[in-house]
Amino acid sequence: MGRYVIRRLLQMIPVFIGSTFLIFFMVYALGDPVAAMFGDRAPDPATAARIRRDLYLDEPLWKQYLHYMGQIFQGNFGTAFNGQSVTELMASAFPVTLRLTLVAIAIEMVVGIVLGVLSGLRRGRDIDTTVLVLTLVVVSIPTFVSGYLLQLVFGVQWAWAAPSVAPEAPLNELLLPGLVLALVSLAYVTRLTRTSIAENARADYVRTALAKGLPRHRVITRHLLRNSLIPVVTFIGTDIGALMGGAIVTERIFNIHGVGYQLYQGILRQNSPTVVGFVTILVLVFLLANLLVDLLYAVLDPRIRYA
Amino acid sequence: MRRATCAKWGASAVAVALVTAGCGGGSGASRSGVVSASWGDPQNPLEPANTNEVQGGKVLEMLFRGLKRYNPKTGAAEDVIADRIATADSQNFTVTLKDGWTFSNGEKVTAKSFVDAWNYGALLTNKQKNASFFQYIDGFAQVHPDRGSPRAKTLSGLVVKDEKTFTVRLNQKFSSWPDTLGYSAFMPLPQSFFRDHDAWIAKPVGNGPYTVDSYEKGSVLRMRKWGNYPGDDPARNGGIDLRVYTDSNTAYTDLQAGNLDLVDDVPAAQLKNVKADLGGRYINQPAGIIQTLAFPMYDKRWGRPGAEKVRRGLSMAIDRDQITREIFQRTRTPATDWTSPVLGADGGYKAGLCGAACEFNPAKAKQLIKEGGGLPGGRITLAYNADTGSHKDWIDAICNSINKSLGEDQACVGDPIGTFADFRNKITARRMSGPFRAGWQMDYPLIQNFLQPLYYTNASSNDGKFSNASFDKLVNEANAETDAAKAVSTFQDAEKVLAAQMPAIPLWYQNGSGGYSDRISNVALNPFSVPVYNEIKVN
Repeated sequence: MGRYVIRRLLQMIPVFIGSTFLIFFMVYALGDPVAAMFGDRAPDPATAARIRRDLYLDEPLWKQYLHYMGQIFQGNFGTAFNGQSVTELMASAFPVTLRLTLVAIAIEMVVGIVLGVLSGLRRGRDIDTTVLVLTLVVVSIPTFVSGYLLQLVFGVQWAWAAPSVAPEAPLNELLLPGLVLALVSLAYVTRLTRTSIAENARADYVRTALAKGLPRHRVITRHLLRNSLIPVVTFIGTDIGALMGGAIVTERIFNIHGVGYQLYQGILRQNSPTVVGFVTILVLVFLLANLLVDLLYAVLDPRIRYA
Repeated sequence: MRRATCAKWGASAVAVALVTAGCGGGSGASRSGVVSASWGDPQNPLEPANTNEVQGGKVLEMLFRGLKRYNPKTGAAEDVIADRIATADSQNFTVTLKDGWTFSNGEKVTAKSFVDAWNYGALLTNKQKNASFFQYIDGFAQVHPDRGSPRAKTLSGLVVKDEKTFTVRLNQKFSSWPDTLGYSAFMPLPQSFFRDHDAWIAKPVGNGPYTVDSYEKGSVLRMRKWGNYPGDDPARNGGIDLRVYTDSNTAYTDLQAGNLDLVDDVPAAQLKNVKADLGGRYINQPAGIIQTLAFPMYDKRWGRPGAEKVRRGLSMAIDRDQITREIFQRTRTPATDWTSPVLGADGGYKAGLCGAACEFNPAKAKQLIKEGGGLPGGRITLAYNADTGSHKDWIDAICNSINKSLGEDQACVGDPIGTFADFRNKITARRMSGPFRAGWQMDYPLIQNFLQPLYYTNASSNDGKFSNASFDKLVNEANAETDAAKAVSTFQDAEKVLAAQMPAIPLWYQNGSGGYSDRISNVALNPFSVPVYNEIKVN
């Protein structure tokens, strides 16, 4: 187990280097950001040259990259154009997005698994058909449509929730955006759980457990669910990374100042330190979430071991 | 055993979720008497000489008062801290300050507060984006050379005489120079700015009607009324909370839900409903902004003699009236000169100066373009940046109008460029091959500001690289003219050169638009389309 974890952690190093280089290269390819800093006015060449030198933009790309990596290993992610350090931006943005993601994951897990179990156990009946149709509808609606729609209905017309989230992003204001963010994944979790449950419900061990006279709820929660959750856990694990990065649309609609907001601003202003720094952290989150999923397999199914 | 492990895993996961979720919260400052308004994240740190866009500019207008201020209604430059700005020759000025002005930290506003701030703004090593605003002051070339290191630390044209007086020597005659001093780059700075720059940036200290209460970069700037403000335009509300919105639609939704008091950018998609939603609480009034299509005069096909007929023809092929009505819901006004109605007739705005060239006339357009040798290569592309501002809609409409006028389907197509930065890069590198979107938001309400930076040979915002000897000569004459009315009419003569040459097609004047909640009243926009925050009353 320990060796497995170490091996997985070591594998992260080339992934980390490769992804940062790719992102660095792509942001660089967008062009020189200095001209845009001067708005509709032509940059005064002397000032622009000074700014370029300060930001290492006058060096060739590989030197910029090496300089950037050297700084990262000293814990310095560079400075955004508005004078704030990128670490400062991260410290304000990541907790907000993490909270939003956790709200979304919680909704997705609870609602998704419950609906999945219900419809999986009653395959072909009314409740199953209803859930299938509902999830199909949810999957086919893009996030920005459901976002603006729910914001208008719950935020403006019924006034049940604030249409935008305060800078402190308190938990109760994150429920609505969390739901919007969770919706699509929620449908997938429901469908995955349903299929998995329906398959395992006819397995021998379930029949044995029932024949032994175990209470039905115990068979479902202890035996059936535990075995059926492996594909669901895989999905949720990879979804953590996807949700954190994909929160751009939701964060924009609800004016949440998290990772999505910073990334959007960074791309709009071609601020490479911001974009590369944030994406690097997201890559790490993704890798760690995947590692956690793999380790969870062993917990769910003891036959899976990492010697 | 295994069951216990499982439960522990579950329990700790829930605990993590709760802790992370719970660590937010905390309510904002009390809202009584305070106006909340939408804001965009300023691009640069909030230093006077480093702020060149609207979002940072509106904060400086609340935190600072300079020698002059532009009247929020008329746009006229009026003395604030300046007691007198005297000159005998339009080149040497003596500035005398009024008594009784202090910064909110108690420090006195003296001649040194101005001279130090201007020297800081002009010095190349401070990398201030507004450094070029000090270019008319003698010695600018020494502190801000085009290449290499500065040869001096301070502008030789600035001399402190005593606590209340300083003199300015310009490197050319510029009679309306005092009227430029209301621009935010010319604001005074307290000594604390130079002593501890980082602390000042984190919480700016100025001499205006508001002080900074707290500033969370990227999300909210809370300003409160400064009780000891010495000026005669104190805040009529308890404070302003500027909240950063990434999407003007969300700000508008928040306004509708009663979560926000003021938006100063009504999203285009809502313009159709805004009157029904807000009634009399919708503002739509002219601002000092003009939109044009500029031609790359460095391109032989556009710069050759005779091409002015093609440029004038294209201008006549555009149905401005229809586009401003259909696409902009009358938040733009068809342009008939190269300035803005906010200048007023005395300030140099002259409706119809462009003449027939700005009137929609498809038949004449077709004929002129033919006489001028036709469109280069048979067709034109209109370049614009596609990332912000939904420019695609009106560019397509213009092309549509041109195509219909000329009776050719493919005479004009839009040419989207991915980002604003790339767009600006292509323009400054002179890589435009056809007309491109250009716009100008005035720095100060002077006709000079609409002409010289944009069309004077090698001027800072002359994106099309237009160069015309008689235009330059008229601008120089107008600048040296001490009689204001004479100066304005000379500037208008220069503008007539533009009407003949058409280096940029005037499209429309942009209005400022805003909306507010029934919690506040006395809301108006100034000629820069920025709300006059200190006049807002909370009901």
